[in-house]
Amino acid sequence: MNVYAKEFNESARRYTADLHHRDLIHKALSGYYAKRDEFKNRFQSWSGARDLAAEIKWEAINHLDRYLDEFVSKLEARGTKVFWAPDAQAARDYIVGVARQHQVRAVIKSKSMTAEEIHLNDALEKAGFEIAESDLGEYIVQLREEPPYHLVFPAMHLTRQQISDLFHDKLGSEPTNNPEDLTMVARRVMRRKYCKAEMGISGANFAIAETGMISITENEGNARLTTSLPKIHVALVGIEKVLPRLSDLALFLPMLATAGAGQSITCYNTLYGGPRQPGEPDGPEEFHVVLLDNRRTELLADAEQRDALHCIRCGACLNVCPIFKNVGGHSYGTTYQGPIGSVITPHLRGLQDWKHLSQASSLCGACTEACPVKINLHHHLLHNRRNAVRAHPTLLEKLIQFGFVRMMCHPALYQFAASVGRLAQPLQRWLGGTILDPVRAWAKTRSFPPLAKKSFRELWRERKAS
Amino acid sequence: MTNREIILGRIREALKVSAPHPVFHTGATEQPLFTAAPQKWLPPVGQTPGEQIDLFRQNAEALKAEFRACANMNEALQHVKKLAAVGGWKKIGRHRGELTDAVVRELGLVEVQTDHGYAVDDLESCDAGLTECEALVAQTGSVMVSAPSAGGRALSVLPPHHVVLARRNQLVSDLGAALQRVQEKFKDKFPSFMSFISGPSRTGDIERILVLGAHGPKKLTILLLP
Repeated sequence: MNVYAKEFNESARRYTADLHHRDLIHKALSGYYAKRDEFKNRFQSWSGARDLAAEIKWEAINHLDRYLDEFVSKLEARGTKVFWAPDAQAARDYIVGVARQHQVRAVIKSKSMTAEEIHLNDALEKAGFEIAESDLGEYIVQLREEPPYHLVFPAMHLTRQQISDLFHDKLGSEPTNNPEDLTMVARRVMRRKYCKAEMGISGANFAIAETGMISITENEGNARLTTSLPKIHVALVGIEKVLPRLSDLALFLPMLATAGAGQSITCYNTLYGGPRQPGEPDGPEEFHVVLLDNRRTELLADAEQRDALHCIRCGACLNVCPIFKNVGGHSYGTTYQGPIGSVITPHLRGLQDWKHLSQASSLCGACTEACPVKINLHHHLLHNRRNAVRAHPTLLEKLIQFGFVRMMCHPALYQFAASVGRLAQPLQRWLGGTILDPVRAWAKTRSFPPLAKKSFRELWRERKAS
Repeated sequence: MTNREIILGRIREALKVSAPHPVFHTGATEQPLFTAAPQKWLPPVGQTPGEQIDLFRQNAEALKAEFRACANMNEALQHVKKLAAVGGWKKIGRHRGELTDAVVRELGLVEVQTDHGYAVDDLESCDAGLTECEALVAQTGSVMVSAPSAGGRALSVLPPHHVVLARRNQLVSDLGAALQRVQEKFKDKFPSFMSFISGPSRTGDIERILVLGAHGPKKLTILLLP
């Protein structure tokens, strides 16, 4: 077992036994479920909307070269500097370079999972820049020096008490149990930072090919301030974010809000099409768009799982996943948690190192059903399992598979195995939990039911005889 | 090879193997339906202008914005005066415009005009920001602003109370109609900034409990004029 799988197992075991954690997550999500359903039901047809969203993303991803070209030429026509980053290193180097060139001191950043993916904050800090996360949840986890717990709700695993203690320790604020007071503490701190930062970094939710714009969805207004006041704006955009037309947002903005956060519409949905234009009162002098590949094209090359690039990072699949809710976001050890993370991480970071995530699923399919762009998530987990075994079959698994196939193809062998099982089960009382017990992993947290005295075949035979 | 050529090359190589087209809509043939208008699946919008005003009001109020349909400019002015008195405003940020000019003239407050640039700290210390807009969206209760219609990027997000003045003919049915309107208006000369604002700034990052006024305005008032 590799180190990532070991860490996952240890962390998952710890979180699963933590009833306080489970309680907190269930409480946080119960409001989301109610609101999500309320707003889904306002759609004339949510399922029709999902079909259309899936078709639009299919069109964009399967003609990605054309749409990216269009997106970039429109952006450049209005003075945006576009950098194509084949990998994380190139993207980091470019952004650090822009900061150095302009002798930036302070950087303000709005929420971006793509920036997490390339560990941008580390790179900027190492290069000597002060960087502040402006999204409240991201700010909290930045102060705690830990990664986001959930790709949409980064501080979902913390209680107000913990956040109050954190602010008291790090910012010297008065302890309080009131979420509003805590929010105002962060507001005051950030206001000063927006005004003095020379560079703002954001992600993007959508890249509109037709008009050459990025679209950013947020509730707090921190992304708007990050992109308004500093004299440089850098947006880090995964190449898969493309939508063909501006009008596609009429569908995607409400769907993202409803699936992702149980809202009818997110508070701010903002389009940026360039640096400050002539005649405009404010906005950055320079606007840089960094287009990131970082192995997305490898996922693109897998036609079977290509639809994983349709993902709009709404987090709906995390919120319904029984595994996520029990093992928690930090157990995954990945940038993207939950079912979508388990599907794409093996592509982005290597199948053999991350194949264990394909097992972190009950294959219940709740994720696939929740996905607003109809990614075939739970089948892709099976595809990853198959591909991992195909590339590196283990001897034990081969043997088990060989035996299983033989047994299932030969009724006499099957019957023999069943009767051996029945005879051997009483031995479990003594052997249970030892290396000789074949079901020890399963039985660790469950009691094994006694096998029936007679098999179905025996009962059937008796019934037919009588 | 440039980075651009490297990435586009990888993409073209990857796309040589095609992925099956998801034909979800019944009756779809070879013609992909991705160009279909989404209106028939999205939440319904009213038919008449009256219904759409009601829908806008419902949605905006559900998002904790204040909405008022004013019979004339004087009524709007009186309302802003009341807001200024209740909020104890001393300084107001605004841009030049037909509607904003008419309201501000009577207020008698210190002003920060953003039209030709401004000092950030000056705008930050304003008690309210007064703007016009591009459109109001009935389906979502959103205000669509742009750099030219709302005095730039920061005026509608930096001061703690955002007051929007809109004309009745700016009300549109849904997001698609608002986007179409700006496409027709600006053609290829889009402003660098456009935004759909839906209620005052908010967060749920602490135990998923709603708090208004995270980093942007704590209050949003929308005044509709004939």
